Amino acid sequence: MQYLLALYMDESGWGRMTPEQQQQGAAAYTAYTQALKSAGVLINSNRLQPSPTATTLRTTNGKTQVLDGPFAESKEQLAGYYLIEAPDLDAAMQWAGRCPAVQHGIVEVRAIWAM
Amino acid sequence: MVNPPNDDRAYAAAEAVALRSRGKLIAFLAAQFGDVVAAEDALSEAFVSALAVWPQKGCPDNPEGWLLTAARRKLIDHLRKNRETSNDDEPEQLADAMIDATNDEFPNRRLALLFACAHPAIDPAIHAPLMLQVVLGLEAAQIASAFLVSPTAMAQRLVRAKTKIREAGIPFRIPERNELPDRLESVLDSIYASFAEGWADATGTDPARRELAGEAIFLARLLTQLLPDEPEAWGLLALMLYAEARRPARRTAEGEFVPLREQDKTRWDWAMIEEAEAALNHASRSRRIGRYQLEAAIQSAHVEGARTGSASWSAIVSLYDALAQLTGSPVALINRAIALADLQGPSDGLAALDAIGTDPRLESYQPYWAARADLLGRAGSLAAARHAYQLAIGLESDPAVREYLRRSCNDLPETR
Repeated sequence: MQYLLALYMDESGWGRMTPEQQQQGAAAYTAYTQALKSAGVLINSNRLQPSPTATTLRTTNGKTQVLDGPFAESKEQLAGYYLIEAPDLDAAMQWAGRCPAVQHGIVEVRAIWAM
Repeated sequence: MVNPPNDDRAYAAAEAVALRSRGKLIAFLAAQFGDVVAAEDALSEAFVSALAVWPQKGCPDNPEGWLLTAARRKLIDHLRKNRETSNDDEPEQLADAMIDATNDEFPNRRLALLFACAHPAIDPAIHAPLMLQVVLGLEAAQIASAFLVSPTAMAQRLVRAKTKIREAGIPFRIPERNELPDRLESVLDSIYASFAEGWADATGTDPARRELAGEAIFLARLLTQLLPDEPEAWGLLALMLYAEARRPARRTAEGEFVPLREQDKTRWDWAMIEEAEAALNHASRSRRIGRYQLEAAIQSAHVEGARTGSASWSAIVSLYDALAQLTGSPVALINRAIALADLQGPSDGLAALDAIGTDPRLESYQPYWAARADLLGRAGSLAAARHAYQLAIGLESDPAVREYLRRSCNDLPETR
């Protein structure tokens, strides 16, 4: 099965870190991504631009409205994702548990709808 | 025309297999296909087929095998229909794999199903109901009445959980050694929750609840057979057997509540108590203590007290100490205070109750007020005792216990 690990975090945290801490943080993600690759688990992964750059579209009364900003205003925002291949939820949860985001944010595990 | 006596026999045979084997057949099919809902549907259809075919051709020698094969075919048809690009080979391979399954594999599949139902990714509140339905085959309406939830709401929550098992890919397997303790804990907790629901019906007049206690003991026995090295599984079995053994003495013939210390010990089921003692001994051999072993050990100390006529309150107090330390539960602290009162007198017990602190949950917790009322009465603080009894009575839902508290309050000496 394929699972999406959606990473949510407080975006202001990054700016409050010292350059050294930022470097360490980035290194943790690089190592995690490398581990997923070596295990042959990783399908795709990306970090997203901060949520203020988001644009939200929806149709109200037949008219498409465009809004500047993310869909939901909340402290934790979607910051990136990993798409992985895992035999079952336990295996996916094990990978999610190793993700650095668990230490400073939230990781949501969602199975991909199999077509 | 179908021969009626033969028809009856086939019906009775199908019904007997349904009662005896439904749980394990579901476990087998669900584990194989990763889908509880589809397994239940396929097995229901197989039962319908059995009722159509068995009267004509006679009951098969191996009715379980017949039902399993029929259900398997229906599941494979179902999978074919749901697959856009049907792969003809794969279902046949699955079928072959299933024919190889021997009877020895059934209990393990059932255990794997238990672990799927109590998976951390499923809302803990639905673990016990899900287990009762999927593993034991109880009806949603029956479970709903035991857990005091509307049948519609219960049915919806069960369907939602089963859908999540399928769509989220929750595995049907026994966890690895390193993750077993955590995962086993939630299985044990849901078995105990089922037992507690059954135990709440003291007189055993509500068949749905009565059955829950028995089914919980059955599952705990199965766990100890399959995981004989897990002391907490033995501890839970012992705890439930101790409690169940006292069921006949918990109420008088008139349905009045009888507290533990006043129970007629000759009405306890001593054979069951012996089995409990043996289970607890088995658990203690591994030297890994846990919540259920401690609770069972407390029961054991009470039984020993009943046997010898004098309970070892100091042992009971230290067992509650250990339990409170392990679980951080205020309930353990309340019981510790009651035992301490028996060891050192009611004022020490009251001091211990006061020391539990101001956990707001205690304000609406009946056993806290009942304990306070009893200890205040014994210490001679009669007005305060009456007030505590009133609160305890107001918080109790069981009429027999309510009546017992009312009598205890009335029995307090007159204040001048």
